[in-house]
Amino acid sequence: MSKTNSLPTTITLGVARGGLEIRQFMRQRESVVFTLAFPIILLAIFGSVFKTTLAEGVTFSQYFVAGMIASGLVNTGFQQLAIIIPMEREFGSLKRLRGTPMHVASYFIGKSILVFVSMAIQVFLLLAAGMIFFGVQLPTDPYKWITFTWLIILGSAASTALGIAFAVVPKSGRGASAVVSPLVIVLQFFSGVFFVFTDLPGWMQQVAAIFPLKWMTQGMRSVFLPDSFAVREVAGTWETERTFLILLVWLIAGIFLAIRTFKWSRD
Amino acid sequence: MNVIEVQGLHKSYADTKAVDGIDLTIAQGEIFALLGPNGAGKTTTVEILEGFRKADSGSISVLGFNPSQRGAQSRIWRNRIGIVLQSNADAGDLTVEETLSHFAKYYSAPRDVDEVINSIGLDEKRSALIRTLSGGQRRRLDVGLGIIGSPELLFLDEPTTGFDPEARRAFWSLIESLRKGGTTILLTTHYLDEAEALADRVAVIAHGKILEVSTPTQLGGRATAKARVQWKSDGVMQEEFTDNPTDVVKRLSAQFPGEIPELQVLRPSLEDIYLSMIGEKNE
Repeated sequence: MSKTNSLPTTITLGVARGGLEIRQFMRQRESVVFTLAFPIILLAIFGSVFKTTLAEGVTFSQYFVAGMIASGLVNTGFQQLAIIIPMEREFGSLKRLRGTPMHVASYFIGKSILVFVSMAIQVFLLLAAGMIFFGVQLPTDPYKWITFTWLIILGSAASTALGIAFAVVPKSGRGASAVVSPLVIVLQFFSGVFFVFTDLPGWMQQVAAIFPLKWMTQGMRSVFLPDSFAVREVAGTWETERTFLILLVWLIAGIFLAIRTFKWSRD
Repeated sequence: MNVIEVQGLHKSYADTKAVDGIDLTIAQGEIFALLGPNGAGKTTTVEILEGFRKADSGSISVLGFNPSQRGAQSRIWRNRIGIVLQSNADAGDLTVEETLSHFAKYYSAPRDVDEVINSIGLDEKRSALIRTLSGGQRRRLDVGLGIIGSPELLFLDEPTTGFDPEARRAFWSLIESLRKGGTTILLTTHYLDEAEALADRVAVIAHGKILEVSTPTQLGGRATAKARVQWKSDGVMQEEFTDNPTDVVKRLSAQFPGEIPELQVLRPSLEDIYLSMIGEKNE
């Protein structure tokens, strides 16, 4: 039995895996509800409870939507992967894949496609719900949309890489959610998603500044809030270049860690 | 040509020697069974050959390749083997057909998906989600995923655990059809009847060492072991151990006018031999 045909490329298989991952995702009702609907529910709650206006033309809902979109990058990337991958490891799906000629990079590409699609759906739903129910306004300045685009790409890529890297931490598949979810929620509180960042205690702001979510939320505020609001940020500006650099560093660190620590099976 | 050649294989975990000097040679087209109690080193040996674990020492060649190597060569090697692991519990939100079609994409010359579905007897379940399958059906899908790439060498780690007798027979005929196609198979099993029905040769392994390699009919001197002849005489069971059971039966048929009451000629079963070899005969 000679095998004259060549093996499919890593990219081809990565795209095939992406399609498969999305199909699986859509069939798991819990994950669809948890990943896609939960942020909308939070928006509904916070938008209804806090009716304050933070500044001229800045409602709390507007501030909150910016934070929730940034959170969406963390939910669909870091949180989703750091929960799913330990389960796949525990159930033996990863070991089975490892026994095939598929390259590990195809698996990562598939996961990235899953993250990107679920993230896009979530951002769309958040913006739509925000506009329809809470009067959230979209930016008109094209530069803001450019910022929005690189924030989404860079933030989501870093979040994906860090999720794959962190997936080595939970000891079991079933326990992964209990390890990962509280971490994300605490990070959301620290990073100014649920409260105005500058109202938080100084130490909390400093801890948050180490992690990427704070920079994603600040970046999203630069997109969705008027530039006049920048003076109310910690540095008095949006710190756009700094945000870009910090997210880039996290992305590189995440890729490095993901490649170094990835494990196909528990032992 | 030998598909698998192993010499002086060693593997220890912490302070236990899981594999303690194993030599194995498996020829092309052979079905080879590894028998042994739990913890004997079967799975560790197989997982080293599959490239999942690294040996501490020993020379290993699987299809002319060292399984612990990485890189592009490793993908080409994996394209030629099929692996059915001991247990799998995927979330299962895909159908049988979707899963097999997807895995078929990984290989350069996959088998036809419909043909594989048919050969694993899941025609009626092709559109069913994996999580709705019974344990035996899931296991058959595992085997389907193992053979979808038309492997030259197939590893089967306890493939029929949890099967009912009928499913086991169906599985055996699937293996027979793979044998006819020339696939080399390394099988580990707890079931002696399975090894006897399928394997050309068996190896008994205990405490990380191979006790004997032989054909199922000759293992442990089974073919030359004394036969036990049993019959009833004056209402009492008689028995005699002999190298020549035919002579004993001739003698008895001369002795009794018609039918010899309750006559039986017994040879030790593979299980009797196996249990005495691993010293775990519990009566």
